[in-house]
Amino acid sequence: MSFLEVTSFLFDGFKISMLIFAVTLLCGAPLGLPIAMCSMSKFKPLKYLTKFFVWIVRGIPLMLQIFIFYYVPGLLFDFPIFRYVDDFGAQFGFEDFGRIVSVLMAFVINYACYFSEIYRGGIESISQGQYEAGYVLGMTKSQVFFKVVLKQVIKRIVPPMSNEIITLIKDTALANSIMVAEIIKKAGELASEEQIVWPLFYTGVFYLAFVGLLTILLGKLEKKLSYIKV
Amino acid sequence: MAYFEVKNVSKSFGKTEVLKSIDFSMEKGQVVSIIGSSGSGKTTLLRCINFLCDPDLGEFYLEGEKFFTAGEKLKDKQIREKRMNFGLVFQQFNLFPQYNVKENLCLAPKLLAEEKEDFKEKKQEYFDEIEAHADHLLEQVGLTEKAENYPGELSGGQQQRVAIARALMLSPKILCFDEPTSALDPELTGEVLKVLRELAEKDITMIIVTHEMNFAREISDKVVFMADGVIAEEGEPEEMFSNPKSLRLRAFLAKTE
Repeated sequence: MSFLEVTSFLFDGFKISMLIFAVTLLCGAPLGLPIAMCSMSKFKPLKYLTKFFVWIVRGIPLMLQIFIFYYVPGLLFDFPIFRYVDDFGAQFGFEDFGRIVSVLMAFVINYACYFSEIYRGGIESISQGQYEAGYVLGMTKSQVFFKVVLKQVIKRIVPPMSNEIITLIKDTALANSIMVAEIIKKAGELASEEQIVWPLFYTGVFYLAFVGLLTILLGKLEKKLSYIKV
Repeated sequence: MAYFEVKNVSKSFGKTEVLKSIDFSMEKGQVVSIIGSSGSGKTTLLRCINFLCDPDLGEFYLEGEKFFTAGEKLKDKQIREKRMNFGLVFQQFNLFPQYNVKENLCLAPKLLAEEKEDFKEKKQEYFDEIEAHADHLLEQVGLTEKAENYPGELSGGQQQRVAIARALMLSPKILCFDEPTSALDPELTGEVLKVLRELAEKDITMIIVTHEMNFAREISDKVVFMADGVIAEEGEPEEMFSNPKSLRLRAFLAKTE
C-alpha cells in the first residue's frame, strides 16, 4: 500500500476517533453542569448521592466502563446492545452502531463527571465578595451568577478544561477495546492483514496534529480572557 | 424620630453572640463612624443593615417607618428592594474583574432599568442617563481617564474609589463602608479618605466602619464604639476621643495610638 492509501485508510479511523471526541465534548461539557450543581446542592441526600456517583465513575477505569455499557444491558436486562442497537443503526446505514453507542455513553458520563469537578472547583473558587457586591447593588441571584460569576468561572476553568480535553483526544483509543474502528484499530488491521507495522506508529502523527491545533486554539482563548484578573 | 434607627439587634453564629441587643440611630446627612477592635461585631452589624446576614432579633426603622423586623420572611424581590436603600463599600473592593470601570458602574443600574415597564420604548434614554451619571461620578472620584480600564489595571486606592462610585450609582439613602482603607497600602489611604470627606461635605448619609481614628474624629458627627457585641460608648467625636468615659474605650484608644 502506498503512503497515501495508508493515510486515507487511517483517516477513516480517525474520523471515528473525532466523532467520539466531539460527541463527548458536546454532550459531556453541558452535562457536567447539572452534576456540579447537584454535588454543591444544599439538599444533603442529593449532594452525597451525586458525590458517590462521581466517585464510582472516576474510580473505575474508563475501559471497564465501556465494557459495562456494552455487555451489562445484555447480561442483566436481556437487552444485548449489539443486537438491538446494531439493527437500529443498520436501518440508517451505520455499521457497528451498538459498539459506538456504548463507547459514547461511557465517554459522555465519564467525562461529564470529570468536567463537573472542574466546574465545581471553578464556582467555589469565586470569592463570596463577588456575590455580595452584586446583591448589594440590587442584582438577583441569577443575574449575579450569569453576569458576574460565570465569566470568572470560565476564565478559571479554561486551563484545567484544556488539560482534560487533550486527555480526551487520546482516550478515544480506548474504543479499540470493544473493536470500534477508530484509528488504532485500523492500524492494527493493517498490521495483521497486510503485515505492515509502521502505520501503527504513524497514527501518533494524527493525534499530535490534532492536539497541536487544539493547544493553539485553547491558548488563544486563555489569552483572550487574560484581562480578567481573578 | 431619627432618620435611621437600629433597635435591639442581636445576632449569634452558633454559640457565639456577635451582636447583643444593639441600638443606635442617626439623622439624615450625618456621618456615623463605628470603631472597635476586630471581632467586636462592627462588620456583622453593617452586613445586617445591608441584608447580607439575618439578625436573630431586632428592628430597623427608616425615615420614621418600621422597615424590617428580624424573623420576618421576605421574598427575594422584597429583600432586593429594601437592600437598595443602602449601599455598601467593601474592604476588598469587590469590583467585577471582567468589566471595565464604567461597566462596573453601569451594570446593576442597567439591569434594573430592564425591569421597568417602558424599558423597550425608552431603552436608549435610560442607558444614556445611566452612563451620564456614571461619567459624573467618575469625575467626582477623579477617575475619568480610567473609565475604560479593567480593575486589574488599577491601584488599590483607585479600585476603592471606583467601588465608591459604583455604590453611589443607585443613590442609596445610606452609604455604608466596611473598613474601606484597611486593604490599602498606607500611601493610598489618603485618596480614598479624600473622597469620603467630599461625600460628607455633600451631606451624604454614611456609616463608616473604620480603624482610622484620626479620620473618624475629623469626619464624624457621631462615633459608636463597639466591644464584644455591644455598643460600649457613643457620642460626639471630640468628646469620645479626648474624654473617653468607659475603661474599654480608654484601653482601645491607648492601643491604637
